[in-house]
This record gives sequence, structure tokens and C-alpha cells, in this order.
Amino acid sequence: MKLVTDSARLSRHIMTLLLITALLSTGLLAGCGESPVKSRAVYMLIDTSGTYTEQLDKAETIMNYLLATLDSGDSLALARIDSASFNEEDIIAKATFDIRPSTANDQKRLFQHHVQTFTSELVRGSAHTDITGGVLQAIDFLNETDADEKTILVFSDLEEDLPEGHVRDFPIDVAGIEVVALNVTKLTRDNIDPRDYENRLNAWQKRVMEGGGQWRVINDLERLDRLVAMN
Amino acid sequence: MFQQLLTVWSDSAAISAAIWLVLLVTVLYLGRQQAHHLFSTTGRAVFTALRLASRSVLKLEHRLSQRNRDVLMALGRTASEKAIEREFTRVSTLVARDLAHYPSLHRTLADAIEKIEADYQASSLSAPLPPAWSDVVDTISALPKSADPALNKILDNIKDAIEDSHEETLKAFQKATLERHGHLAKMHPQWRTLKTTMGKVETTLDSLEERTRMIDGQMDRYESIRNNEDAAANSLLSSSLTQFFISGLVLIIAAMGGLINFQLIALPMSEMVGGTATIGSLRMSDIAALVIILIEIAMGLFLLESLRITHLFPVIGSMDDRMRQRMIVVTLTLLTILATIEASLAYMRDLLALDRAALQQSLAGVGVVEAQFRWIPSIGQMVMGFILPFALAFVAIPLESFIHSLRSVLGMIVVGVLRTVAVALRLAGNLASHACKILAHLYDLIIMVPLGVERLIRHRSTAPDLSDTTTAAKTKNDTDDAPATTAKTKRSRSTKVEPVLTDTQEVTP
Repeated sequence: MKLVTDSARLSRHIMTLLLITALLSTGLLAGCGESPVKSRAVYMLIDTSGTYTEQLDKAETIMNYLLATLDSGDSLALARIDSASFNEEDIIAKATFDIRPSTANDQKRLFQHHVQTFTSELVRGSAHTDITGGVLQAIDFLNETDADEKTILVFSDLEEDLPEGHVRDFPIDVAGIEVVALNVTKLTRDNIDPRDYENRLNAWQKRVMEGGGQWRVINDLERLDRLVAMN
Repeated sequence: MFQQLLTVWSDSAAISAAIWLVLLVTVLYLGRQQAHHLFSTTGRAVFTALRLASRSVLKLEHRLSQRNRDVLMALGRTASEKAIEREFTRVSTLVARDLAHYPSLHRTLADAIEKIEADYQASSLSAPLPPAWSDVVDTISALPKSADPALNKILDNIKDAIEDSHEETLKAFQKATLERHGHLAKMHPQWRTLKTTMGKVETTLDSLEERTRMIDGQMDRYESIRNNEDAAANSLLSSSLTQFFISGLVLIIAAMGGLINFQLIALPMSEMVGGTATIGSLRMSDIAALVIILIEIAMGLFLLESLRITHLFPVIGSMDDRMRQRMIVVTLTLLTILATIEASLAYMRDLLALDRAALQQSLAGVGVVEAQFRWIPSIGQMVMGFILPFALAFVAIPLESFIHSLRSVLGMIVVGVLRTVAVALRLAGNLASHACKILAHLYDLIIMVPLGVERLIRHRSTAPDLSDTTTAAKTKNDTDDAPATTAKTKRSRSTKVEPVLTDTQEVTP
């Protein structure tokens, strides 16, 4: 009888152990292969100067891709680059997606609507191109989100053309931010001297790297999967 | 440093190395006896220690085996007792159900027999047979007509009277016969009643006989277990292993079901607790879904425990019936509520998936397509969400079998490991002993030159004096055989102890 009692006690111990193991293993199974969830924040700058407005359909495609990729808790903002971009008024739409998936979907629909309205209503481009001001505005927004991964997408030819009196010739602090230049088109004078194109890219790369950020160029928009690292 | 040591005797490295070698060989030769003793002692010590360890492990293995067997037998005895008790309960139920009515059955039988007997008696009372008046009538008819009309009339009257009387008697006889047939006809239902009643009794007795045979079988098994027979132990072990694998298989199936359940409710849970909060690397929504599933399993465990199907929690098993019934109601209610919640979550999951698909289509620039028969997967998911918790509740049954059989399987595994360790220790001891012997031989190999010289000198010193040969040889043998004798003695004392290395014999010519 004592043996049976011992056995029953042992069985109970085993059962407790099994339950704990099941709990842990199921937990591990649930989290298997998943890295800790990281929040992402993306700020997209769209060049609206000159003939670059013709590229807006591509920008809309990128925005749709971002909307489909980003999840609850992520932040997204869209702003235009015009003559003086260091301005909140240039932000066309911004959102931090709700923790509830259904609400996040509604926010995405609203965001998409804003983007469509912007692209359809934009007729004339700005006279100047203040990319640095836009980047500074983006840095402010991204730092406020306190996201784990911060990205600035610059949809521009990277040719800065500042109005007279605007000062942008100073280092920018992009520490912890990845700056991605998208669809950097070649200008007419680039065809005359291709080194201008390279110099333009190199100058921006140097500026970003010196500011503590990371720099990437993606001209092939068919490979949008490389745009934002999927978690 | 090495270079300095190499050239300490001469600038030529070769000469210096040769000197070092000579010195080394000399030192080794001088310390040969001590070195051999060292090897021998070390080998023996390692061998003895490992053999001791091996024996201890084997003893532990024997104790564990015995304990495993005792536990297995005790469990088997308990199971057998329960099985026998169950059979007796069944017999008791059978007797109470069928044979409890035996007095009324007996009364029915007695009544039927009594009625049959009465009918038989009634049928045996035959009516008086008609007298043989037909002969009288024939005789009177055959009489020649007399001339006397009065006589003829008398005879005719007699004849008519006789014929009337005959007819009446015949009618009475026929009536009596009909009545007798009536009585006999009444006996038919009584016979059928008798036959049916006897059939019932036969069925009951057959069932009782079958139960008795089963009890006999169980008693034989119980007796075998009580006698601690090997056959019973093997049978119990085999049964335990079978239980282990079958219940393990069912548990794997249940785990798969749990995984599907998890997938059903993980997404909609993010709508409740949010999809961004995490604990470690796990999303809060996943943890919440997991907790719901585990609560369902726990409720299932308590429900089956309250129903006394499983016996994992003695506290629940020992509750009084009223409390147990309350617990059944509570657990079943909670399980139903959880199943309903899961069904609604599954439906919400479907809605969320639809919403997400519509958004993706919108973002991709294609029109939103309304899928036909979309309600089928929706209902399917809801039904799955409702049924899976109840299905998971039954995991308690294989879990109990698994836990009970795990004790035996773990015992077997530990016994196997202990046996392997014992063999490995024994092997390591032997290897160490033989390695020491090999080292001793290698030692001699290094100093083979001085040993050869020694052998030559001894040979020369003993060769001229033949008379001393015997003495010398004897002395030598006495000297050399001493360790061998010791070794033999030691070997004879304990056959398993390795012999002392008899190196002197090898160098002696």
C-alpha cells in the first residue's frame, strides 16, 4: 500500500512537472522563431518640386506597400518636400496604428484616402526643394515615436534647391535612423556628366553617416520587400 | 629555454641530445623498479576503484529494478483488486436486477404450474361414455315384426326412447370433449409463460456464469501478482509500455488539437488585449490565448475527476457526492462558457481575416471581391471553436495513463542507464589496468639497451660455473618468482584483481 501511495505521490509530481513543461513548451512553441516584437516608425518625404510630381504614382505604390507591411503599434507619416519643408504643415498624413487590428485597419484606410487625395489634388510643383528641412522634420517625428526601428524614406532626386536666405548647411543628427533614398532619378545634367549624380548621392551618404545614421539607395521599386525590414 | 637545454653539454645539438638521452636512459634504468611499482599500483588502484564503483552502480541498479518491480506489482495488484471489485459489483447488480425478482418469478412459475395442473385435472374428467345402446337398437330393429300391433308399438317406443337417449348421451359426450379441449387450449399460454420465464432464468444464469469466469481469470491474475511471479511482472511491464505509447500518441494528437485551437483564438485575442504588448519574446495576445486553452484543459481535468473517470486529484475524488455534483455543474458550466467564448473568438478571427484581406486588396489596387459561400468557413470555425475545448477536456484520460505508465518507463530508462554506467566503469577499469601494463612495457622498451647489457653480464657471470648454475638459477628463480608467487597468491585470493606485474622475469635471461 505504501508503494502505491508513493507511486501516486510520484505521479502527482510527474503531472505537475508535465503541466509546467507543457506550459513552457507551448509558450516556446508560440514564440518559436519570433524575435521580440519591435515597433517601427517610417517617415516618407515626397519631392513635389518641378517635374518630380510625375513620379507621384510610384510614391503612392510605396505608401500602399508600407500600409500593408506595418502593423499595430507602428507609426507612419507622409510629408512633402517643398520650398520650406521644416514645417508641420507639410505633413500630409500621420498615424500610429492602434493596438487593435480592426482599428489599425480603419486607420490605414483613412491614411490611404489622405494619400490619394494628396496625389490627385497636387497639380503644380514647388519652386524650390528643401530636402534637409524635410529630413529635420522627419527626425523630430521619429524621435517622438520612440520606435525601435526608425526609417526616413526620401522619394526625391536629392537635388536640393533652397530659397535664398534658408540655412541648411550644417550637420544633421540622424543617430539610430536609417535614411533610404528612393527612386533617385537622373537629371539632364547628370547625363552630361554622370559624376554629378554620384557626387550628389555621395554627399548625402556622407552627411547621413556623419550624423550617425545609415544610408541606403533603392532605385528598383520592384524590390519593395527590401524597403522595410520585416519583423 | 629548450635550445639552451639542448646545447648545455655541447655546441652540437646532436651530441648534446645524445648525452641527454644517455642520462635519461640511465636515470630510467636506475628507477625501473620504482617505476614498475608505480605503474602496477596505479593500475591496480584505478581498476579496484572503478570496479568498486561499478559494483555500487550495479547494486543501485538491482535495488532500483526491485523497487520498479515492487511498484509495478503494487500497481498491478491495486488494478486487479479494482477489476475484481468491479466484476463483483456487476455480479451484484445482475443479481439485484434479475434474481431479486426471483420470488415473484417463482410465484409466476408456481401459478402457471398450478393452472396447468388444474387444467390437466379438468381435462381428465371425461364424460360418461355412451352405453352400447346401438346394439340394443339394432337388435330391436332386427326383431321380426309381430302380428301384435301393441307389441310393435311398444318396441317402436323402446327404440325411439333408446335412440333419443343415445343422441342425448352423444351430445353430452361431445360437449364434455369440447370442454376438455377448451381446458387443454387454456394450457398453451401457461406453457409459453413457463418457457419464457425459464428462458429468462437461463439468460441470467449464463450471464452470471460468464461473470464468474471473468472473476476466475482476474483472480488467477491477482494470485499470480501476489505470488510475485515473473510472468505477471512481464505482463504488467508490457501493459505499462503499451499504455505509455498509446497515451503518448493520443497526447500528441491532443497537442495538435491545442495548436489548432491556439491558432483560432490568437489573432482575435489581439483585438482584446492588444497586439503590441509583449512579455519577453511572447505577444500578450498569444499568452492570453494560451492561458484560455490551459484553463479549458484544467476544467476538463476537474470535470473528469469529479465524474470519477480519472483519479489524479485525491481531494476531488474524496469529496462527498453532493459537493462532487456541484463541482461537475460548475466545471461543465465554465467549460461551456469558455467554449462559447472560443466560438465567438473564432468568428471574430474570420471577420478580422476578411477585413485584412479587403484592406490588402484595396492597397494592392484591385477591387474587393466578395467570395461566395464565405459563410461555410465562418460556421466551420465557430463550430471548431466550440467543440475543441470539449475535445481537449478529454485529454485528462490519456494524461492519467501517461503519467502512471511514465513511472515504469522512467524506471526502466534509469535502470538501463545504470547498467550502461556499470559496464562503462568496468571497462574503464580494465582499460586503465591494461594501460599501466603497456606503460611498463614501454618503459622497458626505452631502457632496453642497459637491460640488454645487464642480461649479458648476468649470463656471462653465470655461464662458466655450471655447478653454480642450478644454485644461481634457483636463487634467481627464488628472487624472480617472489613477485610472481605474490601475484599468484593475490590472484588466487581474488580472481578479479589484476596480477602484479612480473617484470623481473622478463629481463631475466
